Amino acid sequence: MRVAVLVKHVPELLSDRGLDDAGRTLRTADDSTLNEVDENAVEAALQLVADTGGEVVAVTLGPAIAVDALRRALAMGAHRAVHLTGPELAGGDVVATARVLAAAVRHLAAEAPVDVVLTGLAALDGLGSVVPSLVAADLGWPQLTVVEELGVDGDVLVARRELDGVTERWRATTPAVVSVIDTANEPRLPRMKDLMAARSAEVTTLGAEDLGLAPDAVGAAGSRTRVVRAERRPPHPGPEIVTDDDGEGGRRLAEFLVSRDLVGGTR
Amino acid sequence: MTAATVLVVALGEVRSPVLESVTLARTLGTPVLLSLQPLSEADTDALGRAGVARALVADLGEARHAPAVAGRAVATAAEATGATVVLLPTSFVAKEAAAHAAFLLDAGLLVDVATLRLESGELVGGKRVFAGTWETECAVTSPVAVATVRANAIVAADAPEAVTTAVEPLSVDATLPRGLVLDEHEEHPRAEGRPALAEAAVVVAGGRGTEGDFAAVEELADALGAAIGTTRDCVDEGWQPHDAQIGQTGVTIAPRLYIGAGISGAPHHHGGMQASGTIVAVNVDPDAPLVQIADLAVIGDLQEILPAAAQAIREHRES
Ligand SMILES: Cc1cc2nc3c(=O)[nH]c(=O)nc-3n(C[C@H](O)[C@H](O)[C@H](O)COP(=O)(O)OP(=O)(O)OC[C@H]3O[C@@H](n4cnc5c(N)ncnc54)[C@H](O)[C@@H]3O)c2cc1C
Ligand SMILES: Nc1ncnc2c1ncn2[C@@H]1O[C@H](COP(=O)(O)O)[C@@H](O)[C@H]1O
Repeated sequence: MRVAVLVKHVPELLSDRGLDDAGRTLRTADDSTLNEVDENAVEAALQLVADTGGEVVAVTLGPAIAVDALRRALAMGAHRAVHLTGPELAGGDVVATARVLAAAVRHLAAEAPVDVVLTGLAALDGLGSVVPSLVAADLGWPQLTVVEELGVDGDVLVARRELDGVTERWRATTPAVVSVIDTANEPRLPRMKDLMAARSAEVTTLGAEDLGLAPDAVGAAGSRTRVVRAERRPPHPGPEIVTDDDGEGGRRLAEFLVSRDLVGGTR
Repeated sequence: MTAATVLVVALGEVRSPVLESVTLARTLGTPVLLSLQPLSEADTDALGRAGVARALVADLGEARHAPAVAGRAVATAAEATGATVVLLPTSFVAKEAAAHAAFLLDAGLLVDVATLRLESGELVGGKRVFAGTWETECAVTSPVAVATVRANAIVAADAPEAVTTAVEPLSVDATLPRGLVLDEHEEHPRAEGRPALAEAAVVVAGGRGTEGDFAAVEELADALGAAIGTTRDCVDEGWQPHDAQIGQTGVTIAPRLYIGAGISGAPHHHGGMQASGTIVAVNVDPDAPLVQIADLAVIGDLQEILPAAAQAIREHRES
């Protein structure tokens, strides 16, 4: 099986995240990382290939420093890495991002068939969870998304997902797009020697022209949304603290809710 | 963009999130509803009170569960009604359908907005990002916009004048993408009278500090008519089902009131609930991160505090 795994480079959850004047996410090499659930996507890709033989190609779209996400994927065991980058690709919204990622999959498929596109559930910076569906729509491939359990039976992928009070089991023939959640597997920890090797591993760099995309189809120009306002909210004033050493904590909690009109009329 | 017709999509039953989107739609233009399953009389009554004069029903059977098919139905309805704005109450399933619809309609896509307004002819959606630390607004620059709307961001209200909802069938190609088969779609039974987590106005969440005993959490949730939520650790332990998990990789919620008991407030959890209106933490540890972001923190044992709070709330109701 040949698997393309889409990985994003995002700010660390614990870093002081923010946006610049153009409304773009601020990223620095020190406080950014491979999007955590994309490690689950890499793990799922490696397991598919371990079962069936083949190749895992990690793909990212992002600025120069996003190569770090690819290096992490390589250290985990991905065989190749493709970095989609260039000034024309900057500032894309989800629609423009997915268009470039789908074009990259087609580009890879022109060399040799791609059987599966694997992604994470969500990029933890924007929490969109729409890129996998957009890529599936663009490629015209079936999708198995928000997957908790992924299996393979010949060229058929089987998936279980749990959402909104529903359990679903789907089956899809390849090629297909799959997004996995954080409990789908336990991502392997790269060994020190693999981390070192990944530092100098070769990474293919592609721009819009290489993918056959017009400059106005990508990046900010190819987007259908534009950030018009981004403001940091005032800091939280800090909690009102009640210590339950007199057994009155529960009653005080109830009084607080009543004072804020939060006990409503139900029941 | 002028939003003459606003299509509101009900992927399931017509419940509060749908009526919230209809309420929002009325501020932008004339709401038209698309339902992917037959509408009951209670549904059409509620829609009539909400001012929806026209409803389309695309009866797709099980095929509606395929994101590509649901998205195609949404796009077909938008084209049939000439809608320039399409709203879906948010969920993972809604985001999938919204993505497919946006692809087919060449539309701009806004995810999980809390506000929407027309500004100089453009649709502008607002939301909080980075665990509630930033306020952002995005304008749609294409002629058609698709947006998923966060639950509880708007209070559902009846229209000034009720109307009679005319229901018409919509014919949609229900062919699944090649090679895709749905083997099972099983709805989980929900506790009587308990709202769904994603749409609840009040959520009581319990974490590892419950040590697996959720009786106190349930008692307070009952007193408040609240949904129950939890952390990933409790799901991993098998104490709560996966769909009760709040967080960045679970359900993202923003209820009017969130009470977190025995929850430390790890970034994964807190990114999924920080947009809540009022946050209350109950924890033995005054240094827990959830305490720091709370409006009220009660420091002590949740097994004592929650039942006492439930009792006081019941007494308040009776008085
Ligand atoms: C990729 C990834 C994704 C994740 N996604 C999510 C997610 O979406 N949602 C999520 O919730 N987690 C998620 N997690 C897990 C997350 O990082 C934390 O491990 C988890 O949220 C902690 O759960 P907890 O607060 O229940 O437990 P703990 O962190 O162990 O906290 C228990 C708290 O209970 C308090 N306590 C103990 N006894 C009592 C008592 N008797 N009364 C009152 N307080 C008491 C303690 O002081 C402590 O603060 C994710 C992790 C990873 C790696
Ligand atoms: N810029 C990107 N480069 C590579 N993969 C991406 C990018 N953006 C999103 N993805 C993939 O799509 C998934 C969902 O992203 P999103 O829809 O943005 O939440 C992520 O977990 C990644 O696997």
